[in-house]
Amino acid sequence: MIGNWLERLGAWVRDYVESIGYGTRTFFTMLGVSPGLLRRPRLIVEQLHFIGNHSLLVISLSGLFVGMVLGLQGYYTLTKYGSEQAVGLLVALGLTRELGPVITALLFAGRAGTSLTAEIGLMKAGEQLSAMEMMAVNPIQRVLAPRFWAGVLAVPVLASIFTAVGIFGGYIVAVKLIGIDEGAFWSQMQGGVDVWKDVFNGFIKSVVFGIAITFIALYQGYEARPTPEDVAGATTRTVVISSLMIWWLDFMLTALMFSK
Amino acid sequence: MQRKSLDVWVGLFVVLGVAALMFLALKAGNMSSLSFNKTYEITAKFDNIGSLRPQAAVKASGVVVGRVASITFDDKSYQALVTLNMEGSYQFPKDSSAKILTAGLLGEQYVGIEAGGDTSNLAAGDKIARTQSATVLEDLINQFIYSKAADGKESSK
Repeated sequence: MIGNWLERLGAWVRDYVESIGYGTRTFFTMLGVSPGLLRRPRLIVEQLHFIGNHSLLVISLSGLFVGMVLGLQGYYTLTKYGSEQAVGLLVALGLTRELGPVITALLFAGRAGTSLTAEIGLMKAGEQLSAMEMMAVNPIQRVLAPRFWAGVLAVPVLASIFTAVGIFGGYIVAVKLIGIDEGAFWSQMQGGVDVWKDVFNGFIKSVVFGIAITFIALYQGYEARPTPEDVAGATTRTVVISSLMIWWLDFMLTALMFSK
Repeated sequence: MQRKSLDVWVGLFVVLGVAALMFLALKAGNMSSLSFNKTYEITAKFDNIGSLRPQAAVKASGVVVGRVASITFDDKSYQALVTLNMEGSYQFPKDSSAKILTAGLLGEQYVGIEAGGDTSNLAAGDKIARTQSATVLEDLINQFIYSKAADGKESSK
């Protein structure tokens, strides 16, 4: 009974360590073959169009509404202390530091990460990846690497757009609907938002999230067993693992960046 | 043809991203108020800086003329040593005085400079001799309570 239990624990640990090692090796193989992509940048451009442009609508709409909600909630709370003019600062700091990178990353994992996993999982199920290997085409270089770089480029761009549109949404609610003085709204914001400490650190966050989500999505698709059930399961795992990863990374990065 | 339109869309996507970043840096952030003008450093010692922080404004007559570069503690004189980065285009007499003021009743603290009457100007590395510390609210309240208590004693006599 106990021997059986121990055996299962051991197998679980071995599998876990093996998957970490295999994931790391795939990651570095992918980085290693990436310079070859410079000869065919079109592969990256195509993927950027697929995962970047197509996510634009959902990202900007979400950004607009998050900014508007922040503006409203911030106004309700700040007006109790008579400092409703600081609502611009609240919206801008909240978006640049946290909400912009994090919500963009979560939406990206749901919108683009899942489609990457499903696409690669189906390629594997249809034995397209094996066919590539038979033709001496490295699927890591031809399929994984362009999607990875496109994702790493797309997330910071999307996060910047999300934050900018969100601040615009806060502006619409605070200045146009509620009637806070426009000059105070912008000057409080400019007085409190630091380009390096807030805007640039938020940008770094989104780059890190982009690397994490895209790789998790690609790896889950690449490692999925070629059955319909497991491709579906891999798509779910992509969302679950990348969401948890985003929160964990966000906590670590925030602790590092804003500790002083 | 289809390839070209795809390039246009991806190009537009990237341009949008860069425009958003520029908007954040210039309109939301303080990039536009960052000056690349030459600055000169002067120091001032205060008995108490209150809650003055680095990057706080240095103002003369309400106009921003510099920023607080750093705040350290001098364990020889037991005072706070504040380094100010003054904008090169503004010059002040050598006997100018500095005090720590508060914007509004409970707002942020900044350094106010009042010009003196000396004919020579402050140069890089100079020290402002005459300083006035931050007003600490607790001290004010204490003073007020003591003076009230003293009044009460006199009137009861």
